Amino acid sequence: MQKKKLATVWLGGCSGCHMSLLDIDERILDVARLADIVKSPVVDGKEMPEVDITLVEGSVTSDEHYRELIHIRKKTKVLIALGDCAVMTNVTGMRNYFNLKDVFDTAYVHAVSNDGEGQVPDHPSLLKLNEKVQPLHEVVKVDFVLPGCPPDADAIFYVLFEFLNDRVPNLSAVKKLKYG
Amino acid sequence: MDKRKIFISPVTRIEGHANITIELDDRGEVSDALFHVNEFRGFEKFCEGRMYTEMPTITPRICGICPTSHTLASVKACEMIQGIQPPYTANLLRRLMHIGQNLSSHALSFFHLSAPDFLLGYDSDPASRNILGIAERYPDIALRGIRLRKFGQELSERITGKKIHIMGIVPGGMAFPLTEENRKALLHWIPEAIETVQLGLNIIRKFHEENGEMVSSFANSPTMYLGTVGPGGEHELYDGRLRFMNQDGIILQDQVMPADYLQYIAERSVNWSYLKYPYYKPFGYDNGIYRVGPLARLNVCTRMKTPLAQKEFEVFKQLNGGRPVHGTFYYHYARLIEALGDVEDAEIILRDPQVTSRHIQHNGRWNYEEGIGSSEAPRGTLFHHYRTDKTGKLVGVNLLIATGQNNPSMNRSVLEVARQYVKGDQISEGMLNRVESAIRCYDPCLSCSTHALGQMPMRVQVIDSRGQLLRQVERG
Ligand code: SF4
Repeated sequence: MQKKKLATVWLGGCSGCHMSLLDIDERILDVARLADIVKSPVVDGKEMPEVDITLVEGSVTSDEHYRELIHIRKKTKVLIALGDCAVMTNVTGMRNYFNLKDVFDTAYVHAVSNDGEGQVPDHPSLLKLNEKVQPLHEVVKVDFVLPGCPPDADAIFYVLFEFLNDRVPNLSAVKKLKYG
Repeated sequence: MDKRKIFISPVTRIEGHANITIELDDRGEVSDALFHVNEFRGFEKFCEGRMYTEMPTITPRICGICPTSHTLASVKACEMIQGIQPPYTANLLRRLMHIGQNLSSHALSFFHLSAPDFLLGYDSDPASRNILGIAERYPDIALRGIRLRKFGQELSERITGKKIHIMGIVPGGMAFPLTEENRKALLHWIPEAIETVQLGLNIIRKFHEENGEMVSSFANSPTMYLGTVGPGGEHELYDGRLRFMNQDGIILQDQVMPADYLQYIAERSVNWSYLKYPYYKPFGYDNGIYRVGPLARLNVCTRMKTPLAQKEFEVFKQLNGGRPVHGTFYYHYARLIEALGDVEDAEIILRDPQVTSRHIQHNGRWNYEEGIGSSEAPRGTLFHHYRTDKTGKLVGVNLLIATGQNNPSMNRSVLEVARQYVKGDQISEGMLNRVESAIRCYDPCLSCSTHALGQMPMRVQVIDSRGQLLRQVERG
């Protein structure tokens, strides 16, 4: 069997899902035998290579996440929403109950530790936050979801291993499968 | 003025969530650097209106690499609101989990992210300069690094059933006791873990010997330091008071209650970064730059708590004749000395006869309107500050995160490296690596997770003042 190409991407999340991926420990070497873990994509029109499987952590929180996710969708055969933020926005989406200006002002203008007047960052090199955080499936077609905050490492390994061997994982076989 | 700019973009998204602009003056010399941090999630606002007791489970989601430190700062703030203290055994279990997180984070930082540079060389083939590249050339080292991180994660899993975003630390104590079976299983790891940290120390020593000049001159301008210490000034991660030290090693403030943090720390919002710029308040924004994290903790503390770490600490102290060690590169060394202390300390706690006691929780209820808690994350001191109404609903949340406090000096380190390695618009692959490693020394949460499997993708553009592209170097 030809070696697969695998990408992992971090959008608006806490990196905990990637840490859980690392919690597969020594089995990362098994994954490396079956797949080349290629670079993660660069938006702004930069090429992400064609890949077989992409794991996406986090929600869509900004203009760049949005563009990037659409780009990933074009380049990957299987797109897996990894973790609750990707699946249903989770804690990252808690700001959706407020308007973005209030969220910014609380941190950059009114925080008790702030000096002076404060200012909301607006440099052109910074990404622009969207008014509302979205789960992946509101933006692109998602092929597979693996919930959890983060998903258990064994579950991640199982799902990955099945896809790498051209099988569709059976989530009812996964222990510790749950939201949160 | 023809102000040319170099953009280094360790692409905001995938792993960096940060990028850099290096500005050149009209003679082509580096005049400034802006370190852009591109992540903002808004916890301070969206936690308002929730019950304070929810915070220990919400706030770990700030960072998947240091969730336990957030939980600990959070439960301490809750315990201040309740006016209670956890039982002895609960403190032991919290310490164990905290040590576990520190250890797994340090193992990741050293073996997965930094060792590839040390063992394979800064200018080696980027495609294999990662943990998998090490696995090919030095399988034993890669495996040991992976297993050291695993031990750290297991310290949490065997106490509360989860490795990341643990649920068992609650206001007043712990939700689950440690079983005898799990205690034994954890003790089993100790000898291997000590050996692995020693192996790491050997790698770093060898690198220091062979690259002495680079190591000691690497981003080494002096700053102040902040860290937590115990009652006797000893190294402390979980439960102590704050010590501020100036660049010459003079203690400016000692045994400061974390609850008084606002007297000593202020922060400024800047337009180029979502991360604010904290500073030591008595000295003001321009002169109050301080650092936190392993290097800071070793600089401020008087001694380590365990014998092997203390021996190494004495060597560390001699690096600058007893004065603070400023070279940013020594963060790596400091991290390993801490890791050594972590493993020794874990053994001491696991051998404490009370560690498996079932008296692990005190009951409390809302008593005070305000609570402030702090702890030492792998990357430095962090603060949680909650204000509530009389029903316990949050009306104000302020969070000071470890990496935030290193932000001003990360920015400065990048500028120093750029001054050393950028000449005109000449940009080499090696230069990118050094800018990258200037950031990586701090092991910032914002970029450490995903490039565990590779290097930072970067794009460097040299642009003149009219926005015209003069040169572009790319990798990733
Ligand atoms: S699902 Fe949980 S672990 Fe994963 S990114 Fe979101 S908050 Fe972090």
